[in-house]
Order: sequence, then structure tokens, then C-alpha cells
Amino acid sequence: MIDGHSHEGPPPRLTLRGVVKRYPGVLANDHVDLTLEPGEIHALLGENGAGKSTLVQIVYGVVKADAGEMRWNGRPVAIDGPAAARALGIGMVFQHFSLFETLSVAENVALGLETGAADMAALSERIADVSTRYGLTLDPGATVYDLSVGERQRVEIVRCLLQDPQLLIMDEPTSVLTPQEADQLFETLRRLAREGRTILYISHKLDEIRRLCDRATILRGGKVVAACDPREETAQSLARLMIGVDVSPTRRADGGADQIGDELLRVEGLSMPAANPVSTPLKGVRLSVRRGEILGIAGVAGNGQNTLLAALSGELPAPRVDAIRFEGRPIGLLGARARRDLGINFVPEDRLGHGAVADLSLADNALLSGWRRWSLVRRGLVSFAKSKERAEHVVERFAVAAPGAHAAARSLSGGNLQKFIIGREILQNPKLLIAAHPTWGVDAGAAAAIHKALLHLAAEGAGLIIVSQDLDELFTLADRVAVICAGRLSESRPAHEVTAEEVGLMMGGLFDAAIVRGGGAPSETGDARHGG
Amino acid sequence: MEILSLVLMSVVAAATPLLFAAIGELVTEKSGVLNLGVEGMMLVGAVVGFAVTASGGGAVLGVSAAAAAGSAMAALFALLTLNLLANQVATGLALTLFGIGLSALVGRGFIGVPLDGLPHLAIPGLSDLPLIGPLIFGQDALVYLSFVAVAAVAWFLTRTRAGLILKAVGENPAAAHRLGHSVLRVRWLAVLFGGAMAGIGGAYLSLAYTPLWAENMTAGRGWIALALVVFATWRPGRVLLGAYLFGGVTIAQLHAQSAGVALPSQFMSMLPYLATILVLVLISRDAARIRLNAPASIGKVFHPGG
Repeated sequence: MIDGHSHEGPPPRLTLRGVVKRYPGVLANDHVDLTLEPGEIHALLGENGAGKSTLVQIVYGVVKADAGEMRWNGRPVAIDGPAAARALGIGMVFQHFSLFETLSVAENVALGLETGAADMAALSERIADVSTRYGLTLDPGATVYDLSVGERQRVEIVRCLLQDPQLLIMDEPTSVLTPQEADQLFETLRRLAREGRTILYISHKLDEIRRLCDRATILRGGKVVAACDPREETAQSLARLMIGVDVSPTRRADGGADQIGDELLRVEGLSMPAANPVSTPLKGVRLSVRRGEILGIAGVAGNGQNTLLAALSGELPAPRVDAIRFEGRPIGLLGARARRDLGINFVPEDRLGHGAVADLSLADNALLSGWRRWSLVRRGLVSFAKSKERAEHVVERFAVAAPGAHAAARSLSGGNLQKFIIGREILQNPKLLIAAHPTWGVDAGAAAAIHKALLHLAAEGAGLIIVSQDLDELFTLADRVAVICAGRLSESRPAHEVTAEEVGLMMGGLFDAAIVRGGGAPSETGDARHGG
Repeated sequence: MEILSLVLMSVVAAATPLLFAAIGELVTEKSGVLNLGVEGMMLVGAVVGFAVTASGGGAVLGVSAAAAAGSAMAALFALLTLNLLANQVATGLALTLFGIGLSALVGRGFIGVPLDGLPHLAIPGLSDLPLIGPLIFGQDALVYLSFVAVAAVAWFLTRTRAGLILKAVGENPAAAHRLGHSVLRVRWLAVLFGGAMAGIGGAYLSLAYTPLWAENMTAGRGWIALALVVFATWRPGRVLLGAYLFGGVTIAQLHAQSAGVALPSQFMSMLPYLATILVLVLISRDAARIRLNAPASIGKVFHPGG
């Protein structure tokens, strides 16, 4: 059904036929066909590892295909590098931005242009011009280091647009945006499509594909398994096509509130300097979590999440011992190990480097986190057999795709490593689990498994704090939702009482309006004296 | 007046080799490469420059040969670290050890050979002005070249597209690669430039500062040049400041020693190093500034993948 030859009118913008790319041990693209028409927004849908990234990297010239044919506006082409792709009129906005933090917006744009563009003033004018035309507000003189994630993405888009691309590839563009920013982006993309430009939109967020895209090509295991009009599909049917099996929605049952017990953790008046130069100081943060309850903390990255997580995990001690109380006991000055001994476990945002040591085996990584709770060290000697056993248990229980406990953490895919890390913490039976971005960059199947495990943990009576940028995730999991912005945390509100739009407004800093409207949430007994 | 003028002249002479080596290393590091072989490259430059000049090649040829020798050492480093992905720290240390040995070997026949220093500029009238005459109008050509080099590097880094690409490669090589800039080429050129400058810095020691060849005559100046770059937070103006501070304290402590200040001479010899690092640390404490100027990818091996 995807055939560039049975076509009338102008030739398709891009036609791929029989594209094959093989990596050692895996066929990343297995005879993929794809046709992109002028002026369409085309979704490329698939789980992590389905071959989406490989395919677009071939189109953009970063990776060379082993076999297959590529036609650009009807003519056969060979793209042997990103420069060649850009010369043809192909632009790409990467998921992990290709920006230089210490350089200005204009300098970042200049680096993406082929020609000398030595005249920064003229370039700044062109940037201002393009950004007003497409509603992408940007200050050309600002340093990227100071920009929000949404603004950084605009820099990437403007950099592409200045080359007047006919095909714009967007790799998971909304994974880092607030709902409002995402809406703005969609408006810009629709405008670009109306001008006749083609947009190849890569995502695994089904709702936004249904809202935005004209056509969708679905990849699974390196093959095209379906092509459809996403507007005529449901999120369920798209998910089925993408994963190949039904995914049961893991929406938190409203009855969950019955199992919520007494207060587990209370944070009051927590103000502290930023954890590092690129994060934000905290200003009077107040929150509480009860047994069996999941508190979701939403917010755009860089608004103090890092500092808050460091303070909760004990990596940075709080300024006062009574700023943080756990089961009534002041623990503000306890370090990470002492808090783990109390039953507070932590899943950091950064999987490789913070959550796991990249070059160590899964067994060693299990040892590093669970050595006390699992008694893996006796009289100063490590029991490697026992740590291996524990790691294997995690791998088995959480269906981690890994060759075994000896596999290096680095060798696992992002989703599998995340399943391992979360499983490792959950199997230590925490009373309180703090998880940062538990499913960031994880495919739908693994995300569903992680969500299920987290909900199960709460059902067993543990308290959870989930920090995430993904509102769908928070609404799926959380009993109550609070928003962090510029180092301040809003009052938390029951998840079923707030809408994504309200949370989005608060994420954008419009805090007070939302708080006033929300009033005091019933679960917040702010001045209640807590017995210890 | 006469004495002050002489003192200031010797400050310039003490600062210049450091300035050359540091400004070269600054460019190398801005591209994301940490070359710890500065000391070795300076020594090889010093001996080659001296040998060529003393063998009748003349100062111009001598200095050029020193630059070429420094670059050749740097090329070895670049080949190992950039193409063969060797560890930069280990390779740089090895390069210094190699340079010490190689320069001693080459220089065996030149120990104790006398040589006239580099000719000083003499503009009738101007160079005879009291104090500032010799200081500003009576230096040798390499001193002027060192100032030109600092200005040129500052201009290159802030005003040119090539300089922008250099900074981008040092900041985020993977992104620069994705944008189609050749990380390897940029880094090779930066490393070669660093080697040439270190070579000239070494040649200044053996041709103008002393002028003679002695084994290990750089006496740690390559290391202080490395420290200068870091403590100057990769800014050419501060490298200049640091180099002259070092030169100034070096000369001041020499005069203090000859004037019989009652401090152990070892302590006095230590002062220039201590003072330079202390001052630069104090004026460059701002964490945000450091973050903005430091090349984020420094010392990390880059493999373009494929």
C-alpha cells in the first residue's frame, strides 16, 4: 500500500524502498518502505528498538544503510552525511539536543549553517525574523545555558528552518515540553506543513499523534507492520499495532484512597541552596506523603527537582534536622545510607552514572544499592554469590531483557536498565520510594510494566514520590499532584480534581492563580502537630 | 631608572616563554583536548631552536625549526589520542618524559656552546626614551609575536567562524559531528598549534632568555603553563596576566635573594608558582564563569561512531 510509483501529481518528497540496516546480532531495519508526501505530517511510530532512530539516521545521513533505495523528489539519491542531507533540504531536530550550552542562540544557529555567516548581526535579524513568523519566541543574544528546555528546542527548530528545509524530522519533540509548549509546537508544525513542507514526526505518544499527524507508519522489530490514518484510530488500536499485544491501561483505581494510611514523610519549610550550578535553590518546600499513597511532582526540568531529590534522598543534607520527618522522626541531617537503612529508597533520574555504574555488572550494581538491606556483606567480606542471586531475582521478577547478572549495566537498553533499577529498589521492600522520571525514554511496554510495579508497591502500603515531566504518567499513577516551579512547590491536590491544563499552567509559573482556585486540598492538614 | 628598566625587561623575558606555551595550550584545550606534554614539547623546541641557530642557521630558521619540532611532538600526541583513541592524560605524561629524554640526547653537543641572544629592536629616538623606550620599543621580535599571538587567539575565539567551531567541538563534539563539522580535523589543527607555540616558547628560553642550552632548562614552565590555562579559566587576557605575574614574581624573588632577604632560597624559588596560582584562583572563583568558559568535553576520547 506504500508505493511511490502509483502516484499522480508531484512526486513524493521522499521514498524509501527496501531499506536494510544490520548491526551485529540485530536487524535494525528489515526492508523498510516509506513514502512521504509534500505538506504532510507523517508519524513514525514504534517502541524503543523498533528501528525508528536507525531509519531517520539513515535519512539524515548519520548512518549508512546496507541496502535499499532512496528517492528525493523523484530522483534517486545517496546521502553520505548530515551535510549532504541538509544540502538536499532535510533538517532534523534531535531528541537530545545538539546544542552548545555555553554559546549564544545566534552562535548555535550559525554552527548549523553551511555558509560563513560571519555577520552575527545580520544572522540575529534573520533569527528574529523566522521566530516571529512561526511563533517561536527567541532572543538571539541569550546563552543557551540560561534557556528552558522548550526554548532550547526552539533554537533547534529555528536552526533547521533557516536552511529552508523541505523535510523536517522531529525526534520525540514533546517528551520535554509542558502541554502548553507542546500545543505551541503543534501550531508551528501545522503552519510549516501548510507551506508545503513535510514533517516526519517520531513519537510513541499516541494521543498527540492522533491530534497532529495526517498519516502514520508503524514499525515493530525493524519492519513496517502497518500504515494508517491515525485520526481514524483509537489510542488503543495504535498501541496494539505498535506493541503487538493489548496493553491494559494501568489507571489508578479511584478506590486506592481507601488504603491510604497515616503520614510517612513530612517536609516543612525546606529552603536550601541549589544542588549544583545548573539547578535551582528550594524555597520553603512543604509536602507530605502517607502510607499507600503516591505523590506526583510535576514540573519543567530545571525548576528545583534536582535539589529536591538530593534533599529527599539524603545526598544533600537539609539545613535543619526537622525540615524532613520520616515516621515522625527528624531525619533532615541523615545521609543517603542512613535513610536507606530506614527504608527510604531512591531511583535517580540519570540511569547510567547515578542509578547504576555503567561498567559494572548487574550483580555489582545490586550490591551497591542493596548491600545492607540484603545483608550482602558479612564481616567486611562481600558475598558475590548472594549479590548475583539477588540480581538474577530482579532480572527474573521484572522481566529484564539481559543475558544474566554478569551483564554490564551499559549493555542494557534504557528501558531494561530502568526496569532493573526500579526492581532492585522495590525488592528491598522500601517504606518510601522516591523515583525521578521513572519511564523517561522508556518504550510503552516497559513503561506499563514499571507503572504496574509502582502501583503494586503502593497497594502494599509503601509511600511513593514520583517526580516526572510526563503528565500522562503522573495522572496514571498519582493520588495527589503538586507542581514545582522556580524552586517552590505548590500545594498538592487530588489527581482526579485537577486537569492537565491546570497543571500545565502551574508548570509555566502561573502558580498562584491555580493555587487560589484550587483552595486547600483536603489531604493537606498543614498545621497539624505530628506526634513523634 | 636604569635598574628599573633592566628589571622590567627581565620580567618580560621571564614571562614570554610561558605566554607562548599557555596560549597554545589554551587553543588545544578549547578544542576539548588536554595535552599534558607541554613541558616535553617546550624542551624539544628549546633544543632544536638552539641547535639550528648555533649551527649557523640563524634565529629566524631556529625559531621556525623549534615551532616545527613542537608540532611534530604534538602530531605524535594527536595521532595517539585522536586517531588511536589513547588516553589523553597518560599520553601527555609520556610525551613530557619522551621530550625530556629526546632533548637531552639531541642537546649533548650543545651544552656550554655560547650564542648571542636575539637582536633587540632599535628604533632611533623611540628606543632611547627613558624607561618605556627599551620596554616598549626595544624588545626582541618574539616578545612582540607573543602579544600578537594572544590578541590573535582572543580575536579568533570570539570573532571568527572557525573559532566558533573550535569552541563548539570542545563543548560538545557529538553535536558538532552531527552538524557536519569534522571533530578530528579541528582537534588535529588545535593540537598542532599548541605544539608549535610550546616549541616557540621553548626556543625563547634557549635563544633569548638565557641564551644557552642546558638539560631540562624549562624547569617546570610547561606545567605552570598548563596550570595558567586552567586558572585563567581559558581566557587569553587572563593567561597574559598570569604569565606576567609569574615573570614578575620570578624576577622579584631573584632580586630579593641577591639583596639578601633572610628567607630560604627554596622558598623564594617557590614563590612565583605559588603567587600565580593563588592570584588566578582568587580572581576566577565564579563557578558560572568557569562553567561557561571551560571546554566541557576536555580530556574525553571522542569516537564518531557509525
